[in-house]
Amino acid sequence: MVCTKKGFRIFANVVMIVLALCCVLPFILLISSSVTDEATLMKNGYAFIPEVLNFKAYQYLFQSFGGIVRAYGMTVIVTMIGTTINVCLTLSMGYLLSKQDLPGRGFISFFLFFTMLFSGGMVPSYIIWSQYMHVGDSIFALICPNLMLGAYNVILMRTYFTTNVPQEILEAAEMDSCSEIGKLFHISIPLSKPMISTVALFSALAYWNDWINGIYYLTRRKDLYTIQNVLNSMMNNVQFLKDNTLDAASAQMMSQIPTQGVRMAIAVISVVPILMIYPFFQKAFIKGIVIGGVKG
Amino acid sequence: MQKTKNVQKNPRTRKQTVKRLRKYMPLYLMSIPGFIYLIINNYLPMGGLILAFKKYSFAKGIIDSPWNGFQNFTFLFGSKWAKIMFRNTICYNIVFLLLGTIFAIFVAILLSVIGNKFAKQTYQTLILIPHLVSTVLIGYLVFAFLSEKNGFINNGILAPLGIKPVSWYIEAGYWPVILTIVQLWRSFGFQSIVYFATIIGFDKAYYEAAVMDGASVWQQISRITLPLLKPTIIILTIMALGRMFASDFGLFYQVPQNSGMLYSTTTTIDTFVYRTLMLDHDVGRSLAAGFLQSILGFIVVMITNAIVRKVDNESALF
Repeated sequence: MVCTKKGFRIFANVVMIVLALCCVLPFILLISSSVTDEATLMKNGYAFIPEVLNFKAYQYLFQSFGGIVRAYGMTVIVTMIGTTINVCLTLSMGYLLSKQDLPGRGFISFFLFFTMLFSGGMVPSYIIWSQYMHVGDSIFALICPNLMLGAYNVILMRTYFTTNVPQEILEAAEMDSCSEIGKLFHISIPLSKPMISTVALFSALAYWNDWINGIYYLTRRKDLYTIQNVLNSMMNNVQFLKDNTLDAASAQMMSQIPTQGVRMAIAVISVVPILMIYPFFQKAFIKGIVIGGVKG
Repeated sequence: MQKTKNVQKNPRTRKQTVKRLRKYMPLYLMSIPGFIYLIINNYLPMGGLILAFKKYSFAKGIIDSPWNGFQNFTFLFGSKWAKIMFRNTICYNIVFLLLGTIFAIFVAILLSVIGNKFAKQTYQTLILIPHLVSTVLIGYLVFAFLSEKNGFINNGILAPLGIKPVSWYIEAGYWPVILTIVQLWRSFGFQSIVYFATIIGFDKAYYEAAVMDGASVWQQISRITLPLLKPTIIILTIMALGRMFASDFGLFYQVPQNSGMLYSTTTTIDTFVYRTLMLDHDVGRSLAAGFLQSILGFIVVMITNAIVRKVDNESALF
């Protein structure tokens, strides 16, 4: 909160405008590439302002490329189920830890916090989930590993419960012989709606954007791919073709591969829902970052 | 310690503990699924780290696979990638941490001097957009700029200047710079909002007093803002140091599009683990690499925290 003269404030505004543009322009390039026709693309490359507008890529996507609708459906289903489970688990653990006089509170906090300091890494995790929990090649592979509960969200939730739910109300409820679970549902949850939506938001974003579970655990069932996995495998396929000389067989495959515009169109579709609802949740999002960053 | 022992011996408090246990029993029961999940997802893999000293076979499982001492490690260090991936992981992390912190604080200070509420809100909203999208999508955004044939850099910038197009996805030399820019682009918004939130919490009286004494903008920043930010910087740095041996798999796998020509500057421990485990099916090497990553990261965090606690107890993380 530096006190400044006008000059410095103008400088700050100019720099921030430039930075904000840097954050937005790549998306505009992506969107404009997806609505440029193929011939112009080949001639001019990806450009910020499309010379000839054309929505053929999207037309092709929804008419001929059936995989996209299924992948989209998978993403939506996985995000909804995963976020619901995540919020339930986070609420129950956060509420438990918010009880200051809970026997064993120190140990439970440590049990949770330690997972942020130390992890077994990808290989043992892969072995446990695929060899022992047998989630591979099923929808559970997209929901279970890594994303179902995180210590970070629990700490956010706990902090909110302890600081924003007045102790007096809880004590008054106890006088009226309200049970602990009753207090959770009748007092703490209604008073913590902003933080619950923030946690839900973080979790939904993590599920929506996840592709790592897909490439590790879905090795045979490509039909379960989410939109992110489809994007990922398309990038690699084109790369693969580029790296190899064109013989008859791969030339035949080439005709099936979505062309440049279509790939960009899929990328746009994958991100549009997030950008569309972002203005509505940006307050909750910033709040979550602030609380987590300062107190976490 | 002595005090707690006495308290526990007191029969009345013990009775109270039992009473509280009973009172909170439904909450414990309700949290059991969460505990089970943490055990499966976080604690069992920690135990699985012993596999680094075993010859893992998928048929025999974790317990019954035979020990093979340090063979996985000698095998790992027998390949040229061991040195490359450790060098890359550490160097990238140091650069990201240094530039990221400086840049984030710079942006946070700029945000804090902007008076117009609407402008401030808009900037915050916009600079967080890169934080919302997946690394796959970032890979596509970068591709739109760097694609050799169609990319904006080659067609929109280099061609009008008469410079020959560059094959970005083949020449490894450019990638340390490209990856640093991409990482800064997508993380600065998030980080600067954390610092910004700290800065707006500072007492305005410090600055007012400084201005009365004729302090310049730069003096206010260097004498007031930065010293007050120190605890936050230390905490965030400790957290980042804990990830010194970790790398964002997406950044190093998706953004260079896993191009083989770029491996010398884009291989980090995480991409190496993925390639050896999923593509080469060489479990031993990936286990050894993962083991070193986990253990070294943990050691670094403990050491930094211990040092910070010695120097400045208030700032330590735990």
